Amino acid sequence: MTTVEEPRTSTFDDNDQKPVGFGRMLRKEDPRLLRGRGRFTDDVQLPGMLHLAILRSPFAHARVVSVDTSAAEAAPGVKAVVTGETLKGLGLAWMPTLSNDVQAVLATDKVRFQGQEVAFVVADDRYAARDALELIDVEYDVLDPVIDVRQALAPDAPLIRDDLEGKTDNHCFDWETGDADETEAVFARADVVVQQDIVYPRVHPAPMETCGAVADFDAVEGKLKLWSTTQAPHAHRTLYAIVAGLPEHKIQVIAPDIGGGFGNKVPIYPGYVCAIVGSIVTGKPVKWMEDRSENLISTGFARDYIMRGEIAATRDGKILGIRTNVLADHGAFNGTAAPVKYPAGFFGVFTGSYDIEAAYCKMTAVYTNKAPGGVAYACSFRITEAVYLVERIVDCLAAELDMDPAELRLKNFIQPDQFPYTTKTGWVYDSGDYEPTMRQAMDIAGYAELRREQEEKRARGELMGIGISFFTEAVGAGPRKNMDILGLGMADGCELRVHPTGKAVVRLSVKTQGQGHETTFAQIIAEEIGIPPADIEVVHGDTDQTPFGLGTYGSRSTPVSGAAAALVARKVRDKAQLIASAMLEVTVADLEWVKGSFQVKGDPGKAVTIQQIAMRAHGAGDLPEGVEGGLEAQICYNPSNLTYPHGAYICVVDIDPGTAQVKVRRFIAVDDCGTRINPMIIEGQVHGGLTDGVGMALMEMISFDEDGNCLGASLMDYLIPTALEVPDWETGYTVTPSPHHPIGAKGVGESATVGSPPAIVNAVVDALKPYGVRHADMPLTPSRVWDAMRGRATPPI
Amino acid sequence: MQVPAPFEYERATSVDQAIGLLERLGSSARLVAGGHSLLPMMKLRLANFDYLIDINPLHTELGYIRFAGEGAGGEVRIGAMTRHRELLESDELAAAFPIFRDAERVIADPIVRNRGTLGGSLCQADPSEDLSAVCTTLDASCVIRGPGGAERVVTMEDFHVGPYETAVGDGEMLTEVRFPLRPGGGSAYEKVERRAGDWAVVSAGAAVWLAGDGTIADARVGLAAVGPNTTGIPEISAALRGREPAEDLYEQAGAIAARSCDPATDQRGSADYKRHLADELTRRTLRTAVARARS
Amino acid sequence: MQVTMTVNDVEVTREIEGRLLLVHFLRDTLSLTGTHWGCDTSNCGTCVVWLDGEPVKSCTVLAAMADGHEVRTVEGLAKGAELDPIQEGFMQCHGLQCGFCTPGMMMTCRALLDKNPDPTDAEIREAISGQICRCTGYSTIVRSVRWASVHEAAAAQEAGAQA
Repeated sequence: MTTVEEPRTSTFDDNDQKPVGFGRMLRKEDPRLLRGRGRFTDDVQLPGMLHLAILRSPFAHARVVSVDTSAAEAAPGVKAVVTGETLKGLGLAWMPTLSNDVQAVLATDKVRFQGQEVAFVVADDRYAARDALELIDVEYDVLDPVIDVRQALAPDAPLIRDDLEGKTDNHCFDWETGDADETEAVFARADVVVQQDIVYPRVHPAPMETCGAVADFDAVEGKLKLWSTTQAPHAHRTLYAIVAGLPEHKIQVIAPDIGGGFGNKVPIYPGYVCAIVGSIVTGKPVKWMEDRSENLISTGFARDYIMRGEIAATRDGKILGIRTNVLADHGAFNGTAAPVKYPAGFFGVFTGSYDIEAAYCKMTAVYTNKAPGGVAYACSFRITEAVYLVERIVDCLAAELDMDPAELRLKNFIQPDQFPYTTKTGWVYDSGDYEPTMRQAMDIAGYAELRREQEEKRARGELMGIGISFFTEAVGAGPRKNMDILGLGMADGCELRVHPTGKAVVRLSVKTQGQGHETTFAQIIAEEIGIPPADIEVVHGDTDQTPFGLGTYGSRSTPVSGAAAALVARKVRDKAQLIASAMLEVTVADLEWVKGSFQVKGDPGKAVTIQQIAMRAHGAGDLPEGVEGGLEAQICYNPSNLTYPHGAYICVVDIDPGTAQVKVRRFIAVDDCGTRINPMIIEGQVHGGLTDGVGMALMEMISFDEDGNCLGASLMDYLIPTALEVPDWETGYTVTPSPHHPIGAKGVGESATVGSPPAIVNAVVDALKPYGVRHADMPLTPSRVWDAMRGRATPPI
Repeated sequence: MQVPAPFEYERATSVDQAIGLLERLGSSARLVAGGHSLLPMMKLRLANFDYLIDINPLHTELGYIRFAGEGAGGEVRIGAMTRHRELLESDELAAAFPIFRDAERVIADPIVRNRGTLGGSLCQADPSEDLSAVCTTLDASCVIRGPGGAERVVTMEDFHVGPYETAVGDGEMLTEVRFPLRPGGGSAYEKVERRAGDWAVVSAGAAVWLAGDGTIADARVGLAAVGPNTTGIPEISAALRGREPAEDLYEQAGAIAARSCDPATDQRGSADYKRHLADELTRRTLRTAVARARS
Repeated sequence: MQVTMTVNDVEVTREIEGRLLLVHFLRDTLSLTGTHWGCDTSNCGTCVVWLDGEPVKSCTVLAAMADGHEVRTVEGLAKGAELDPIQEGFMQCHGLQCGFCTPGMMMTCRALLDKNPDPTDAEIREAISGQICRCTGYSTIVRSVRWASVHEAAAAQEAGAQA
């Protein structure tokens, strides 16, 4: 079944007309955004507000000899100039990263990547602040940089992290998973072994809104109010408390409307801390907004994995084992935002959707003179890399076996009766039924017909490719027994309060960046307690107004906070049932819940609505023994497992043999994210991720020259797809609910970003089969495709 | 967001007043039209000027596409302030020189085309710029006005002195570009870009003029992004003149294009690939230009 | 220097620096923060407004250049409580997610429909090709414009029938 979700022609009142429950519903956040009445961080204007600009290093690796700020301080409109030395005096020169490393707020000893923060200016307006940067005189002693990741551990490589005591090389960490010996044994007895070097280049989430903050420190109250572009306001508040030594209850972090995040707005950046310091120093509100270059050269990048993939199989196409060796470039500081025990994120799911006998991964991560980051761009904690590896190597195996790639996948899927399925790297897939998803994608695509068309075209010398990818994601981090970030457990709070008139407010710990939380969470609550979504206010993004939780990334909002919302509503409903029993003078057991009211079983005429119950809960008259007044509840939900969405993607490309330009003609995405709350929003999430996939596969890459200059420092150089590079997306869905999630939902925010790049690359490689091409690395720009056609494909780094 | 360094804003009221300002202010002043190249460079502080002279008000004076005379000896005169969108939308221009519409469809994006101008494109003198290649292909000449209304006319070859450098001196202004009208003409443009709106990896323009017997009376090819400046290739013209249009002839022209250009390897592609494109696109545009000349 | 321009039908006069960008004039000077910015190089189109009825990238226009001209921003799209059909189309068809590129997109799409009331999908894609949306993947934006086109045509027909 294909989702053809035709826009309805009904009026604007959809939100009100939709009484309860799941299904397409127009978004509650849209009216303000459509009128230009959204409130993004740069829209915040406070009386007396000053503006902050940051001076950044032009060099990738250099010793800071001196910083002379005297001319800048004397410039018109300048209120303060702050350097690393100033911060050192305050104990704020360094801050912890989300991976228990440290990162310089402003450089004191050295700069370690181009674009690193060196000093900042606070001035009356943004023009004056920017002008004053020109007047700061920094003397650098330029050092040899480490740019080639393959040379980072060479004995003579320059030492980047001499700030770490006892550090003598650029080694960041080693990590392994699976069983090396078992895997070796499986490989030894396999009929066929295929090996392929696969690079996932450095890319950048580049949300349309850059990062920024407005800090307002009230010295009298001792309270800091910080508007900032953060996907994780609570985690940030705790970190600020640790970094700045301010008491946590005196910090209010507000994430207002956010113009896209994609993981770029998870880490704490030096700029946020600078804005706080700027406000403390000047006693005024201070605004800092990155420009686009700053965003691209200094904030959380993604990927940068150099992988060697190996796959072992029988001659008839039974996959036996998968093995990989990874060299990971973490940049100058390990700023990876991943659970502490998962330094490689969830890369461990590289065994994909297949029932295999053994798997092993060995990873080495290193420091280089590049910007820190690594986990971003809708990657589901590195599952992008894992899925790319497995789906590319499976295609290499199909080519080796001369087997249809769809058939090879179908032959190796984990079967429905095997769930919950424990992978060879220890992940417990909660539920899945892969074949129907795959078949549906093939049906929508007209797979057999496409293969026939391809054959005809090949005979005419035309280049057409069909690429498949099938992914399983692990999202919804995560169970607190083994997942935390900097010691903060990854459970999510949620509070629900029903007002006397039956209207409600739900307070979330997560924060939308466009995913539509204000709508879907209202729908979840509505489904559970029968109050129309229009009567439910969703409050989020303000730490003073919401319960603690770790924020929105890794597709975790629905799996974790969505579960919290459903369960808190059930708590409220349970209490409502007690009150209803008193109102109807029957026992609790005699009542049944019928969307929005409790009825006496067998007597539908005797019923009370949730609104009536709410009034009673707050009104006069006795309540049942032991029941307090009011109708509200709170919860802190600790997921028992991750959820495992899956999907089947098919991409059709045409390549101009003369110019090597790739055109994505069709893209079919069939997703299974379990229970579907709002199909319109799900479709939107998928569409966006598919576009990311086209970007990464065909054009996006952050590269560096040998001196460490970033070559993707503007949107002229870092290319993002426009409407002309992407097709009209074709989507479908299957529903395999999660058994442990209260409403069976699995999360979908990153599925398409994870699943689409291998489909596109597989399609391009398939198109180039007549040229004997088995692999070509992203980004598949015309020039790189042309190289591949001539048998000289090279890795991008 | 990046912001430019301080400068004085001056608004032009007429061409001669603008030239007067340029004369008075010297090299500290710069004309700004669409601004899509200049202002980003100033925001990134790669370029700084004390004065910007806004010539957008001169659109009334210099925004035009005029046909002067017909057939041999006639010409099309386009004012320097004519905007990309106007060049794209002019049916008359597309009929005379279809290469314009081909090129304008792929120059920057529709919003930029609302503002960007022919004169601004040429004066930026970016070696990857498409309209320069179009003008080279069509054997255009540029009218440069100086103090006291003195005008001089230079060929495209002389107009581009080097990358980002033109024959327009201090106190001078490009006011018009002239395109000779010749009978039996057809033209075409093709661009390979990594993404819509990107600068060319390589672009090629071709124009052919067929004689009454169907042979090629004259032909010109202009390439962008394959060397220090937009390149016209006389050797191709020489090879094509007097010949019957045919695939092997286009191949020959393509081969000349490939060996005549001097591309550099960069983010957009390898030098080898660009050389290949010079060949491929030369063949394609010649093919289309001939087909159009015949129809 | 002093500039006077009409913004969303209201004449405004302000003292400004010659270098002030139009986007900052709108956002910071006039507090019309519906117009956003997303790059420094006129590549993203987040800052699109109308100058004399034509979409322009306001990060690459000086406020001084708009002196004596008419500017329209997203705040000037709706007529009071009544949304413009393009706004309603974006809502009905989920043409926005984070909403950051949306004002610029809508200004371009409104201008497209004014010129070409019944554009093809390809024409819509071409019209917005100078603007980047990181969330929607563009299909729903195309649908939104089609929605507005169809509904405007229907409304016009109805109005004609009543007349």
